[in-house]
Amino acid sequence: MAADSAGHGVATLLLAGCLAAFGLRAEPDPTDWSAVLDEARQQTVYFAAWAGEARINDYLAWVADEVEDHFQVDLQHVKLADTAMGVSRILAEKQAGNTSDGTVDLLWVNGENFAALKENGLLYGPWSEQLPNFSLVNANRYPEMREDFTVAVDGLESPWLRAQLIFYYDSAIVSTPPRSIRQLLAWAQQHPGEFTYPRPPDFLGTTLLKQAALELSDRTAPFYSPVGESNFAEVTRPLWNYLDQLHPHLLRKGRYFPVNGAQLRRLMADGDTALAFSFSPGEAVTAIANRELPPTVRSYVLDSGTLSNASFLAIPFNSRSKAGAMVVSNFLLSPRAQARAAQPDQMASFTVLDLDLLAPADRALFNGEDRHAAAPSAEGLSRKLQEPHPSWVPALERAWLQRYSGR
Amino acid sequence: MLRWATPVLLALLLVTTLLGLAVALLPAFGFFPAVGGTGFTLAHWQELAQVPGLGHSIRVSLLAGLVTPAISLATVFLFLASASGSVLDSWIRRLVSPVLAIPHAAAAFGLAFLIAPSGFLFRLVSPTLSGWERPPDLLIVNDTWGISMIVGLIVKEVPFLLLMCLAALPQIAPADRVRLARSLGYRPTVAWLKVVAPALYPLIRLPLLAIIAFSSATVDVALILGPTLPPTLSVMLLDWFNDPDLQQRFLAGAAAVLQLGLSLIVIGCWLLAERMVRGIYRRWIVSGNRRGGHRVLSTGGRIGLPAVVAIMLVSLLVLMINSFSGLWQFPHTLPGDWTLQAWVRVLPGLAEPLANTLVIAVLATGCSLLLVVGSLEYDFRQKKKSGLARWVLYIPLVIPQVVFLFGLVVFTESMQWQPGLVLVICAHVLLVIPYTYLTLADPYRRLDPRWLHTAATLGASPASAFRRVRLPLLLGPLLTSAAVGVAISVSLFLPTQLAGAGRVNTITTEAVALASGGNASIIAVWALLQALLPMLVFVLALAAPVIVWRHRKGMQAFR
Repeated sequence: MAADSAGHGVATLLLAGCLAAFGLRAEPDPTDWSAVLDEARQQTVYFAAWAGEARINDYLAWVADEVEDHFQVDLQHVKLADTAMGVSRILAEKQAGNTSDGTVDLLWVNGENFAALKENGLLYGPWSEQLPNFSLVNANRYPEMREDFTVAVDGLESPWLRAQLIFYYDSAIVSTPPRSIRQLLAWAQQHPGEFTYPRPPDFLGTTLLKQAALELSDRTAPFYSPVGESNFAEVTRPLWNYLDQLHPHLLRKGRYFPVNGAQLRRLMADGDTALAFSFSPGEAVTAIANRELPPTVRSYVLDSGTLSNASFLAIPFNSRSKAGAMVVSNFLLSPRAQARAAQPDQMASFTVLDLDLLAPADRALFNGEDRHAAAPSAEGLSRKLQEPHPSWVPALERAWLQRYSGR
Repeated sequence: MLRWATPVLLALLLVTTLLGLAVALLPAFGFFPAVGGTGFTLAHWQELAQVPGLGHSIRVSLLAGLVTPAISLATVFLFLASASGSVLDSWIRRLVSPVLAIPHAAAAFGLAFLIAPSGFLFRLVSPTLSGWERPPDLLIVNDTWGISMIVGLIVKEVPFLLLMCLAALPQIAPADRVRLARSLGYRPTVAWLKVVAPALYPLIRLPLLAIIAFSSATVDVALILGPTLPPTLSVMLLDWFNDPDLQQRFLAGAAAVLQLGLSLIVIGCWLLAERMVRGIYRRWIVSGNRRGGHRVLSTGGRIGLPAVVAIMLVSLLVLMINSFSGLWQFPHTLPGDWTLQAWVRVLPGLAEPLANTLVIAVLATGCSLLLVVGSLEYDFRQKKKSGLARWVLYIPLVIPQVVFLFGLVVFTESMQWQPGLVLVICAHVLLVIPYTYLTLADPYRRLDPRWLHTAATLGASPASAFRRVRLPLLLGPLLTSAAVGVAISVSLFLPTQLAGAGRVNTITTEAVALASGGNASIIAVWALLQALLPMLVFVLALAAPVIVWRHRKGMQAFR
């Protein structure tokens, strides 16, 4: 028996050697987790992740220390100014015929970036549902963990963080913020120049368009199918009518739009605006902790609910350290890593884990502190809208630019 | 050995750039196999023509490309004409290089912090003078016509142009010329403009063309100060390039060709305007008018350039305040809440990017200088006027970086070269060479050859004459050129990002990555770090000749 398995081992080694000689490596099998851990040891994982927020970079530095200590994985954060740059990189490698020696091992991604990667066959997998910690996500109870903007995940990416659209305002200036998209227009008319939104195609700006389109439409069903299946002009007419009325009352009378959510926040920090919004529920909490926003800022969710999604981790088809990337993804799904990400002085993000499934000790990690005064209420955050089909994103962006650019 | 310098330079500049361009431009005409484009089509050009706001983007690019060099040139010439030899002159000369060293992105951030409605200038007058408790709703930064962007460009290009002028001036003996003209009764400013300017202009023409190309295709300044609706063509190009919808690559390719065409058109317009101005200027020179407009010209000269330097210095000061500020709400002139928080968060992670930045800058500048000096020395010994056609130098400066660099990355990958430090250094060499060549070529060629003839008659070999006569005499220009090289290298973002596959972190990649974040204090810290490093190098470059030649009175002219 022992000789048998030794012989088997030699054969495996030989086979592996041959495969390596031909540039083919056996892919790691996540169902055999201890083998994955073995293979991951000493691997370097290049993790391409948006680095526009210092708090995210600080958190990832902590993660790098942890996976080095526990799994001997060398995690390097490749700091992206825009996730699309990671996508470009992988595409350039495919174009150059680089199929086994990629420079990105793990990518923080969702929505149309994921759709583009999946459609072009640039992802490795399926692998994510076999991760030991994936069961803690309870995807049967939360089907949104298997769908990224209505596109099936198919095991190609592992959930990491939850996000939801929240609004925040300076309570020292604003007493009653608008509770719906329709109220927002009336509010802006009464408070000219106090609100603006990032210019699409920034994802946060596009998110507001989607939120407004969903709230203003009588029928939301068309938004959950590909855009080509409905009459775009008709379905989006309420949205454009609304924006035409809103724009003259925006900051700079709608002749200027910030570039992204961070700039939107800076406009509030500078006192230019009094109302803003974010896709990170803990935005106001961390900004107050970083002394960027005054402590009088409060956040909330619109009365009829707001868009919510999860962001994921994907492994490119040509990664050299797939096992290491899986180990990192699994660690990021662990209660300890998720609980740390949820702390207000870290990322104040919301966990993708189902707390009911956790052991009491693990669950306790999440109950550390009371809700911060600036955080949205749990009741508010329970009002969720699902993301439309990703094909609406480019269609809305294009139509927006067509209407408002160069005017 | 020497004769290889020029061919290597040529290969680097011409072959790599054009290769990258070719690989990257194929998508403009529909060829891009990775996304299924295999045939020839003009459809993407039709698509580009229908992009909303394209006409306005083009107009802004043209405007920036023409106005920036015109105002920069006028500012610098009027200053030199009116202030040469004055106390002001010696102060500005001391300040210009450190100011020049501030990278574009850092300068643009500083300017934005200064002139925005919630910026420092408005805080100074609020609420006491203006009555504003909240920032006024004015469109200043990111204005539709790119005025603030042009101001940002001018503030950055004026020191560059002044430095180019100062490097070239000793070759034409300006003091003697002015003295002669003054003996004929010309007022000093008029004299300078009539007898020095016409001789100086040809020497700084190429740096001017680089300014034109840069202004019409800038990405980083446009991102921070430029219009947003629509943005400039260069920014749109980058957006399409980075768009996750891979079909947009075709559009990016077409836009790249258009951007290239635009930069060339602006240069063409400039050359045309040059001819027209030349005629008028000549008539003014020979008119015999000795004092007409003297007061206006010299006042303008004494205000314009010091204003530019003042804007830069105040911007730096505002960056400095911002880096130590906690919550700093309008209309407080100074933060009520001072903190080291931003520095404490940045400094622990500084070692690696700082080391990378230094290694890349030193090696890239070293390689560039070796090649440039080798090529110039070979030309000198062969008595060639110029072995390297000058337009070659302009290829990497005129073709938008984002275009040919993407092509180059695809190429290096297909050659199985690992991205990393070595490739980053190569990419930097490509973009540092033109600037080192431009700053060094004229002083090098114009060094009076009789020094070297004298050395030869005393029995010195060409190599020893080079080492013992030319290098010491050119110490100042060499160090200036090296400092320019380091400043350029430190400020490069795209080449570092693309050739290093994002794995080679430098101060600039960190700064630009965080620029998309909203924490003003952290941005200020990185912008300051980005500015500090090249400034230090410049101070060293300026101080070294003074120290080395402190006992040689005769060397003062060469400092």
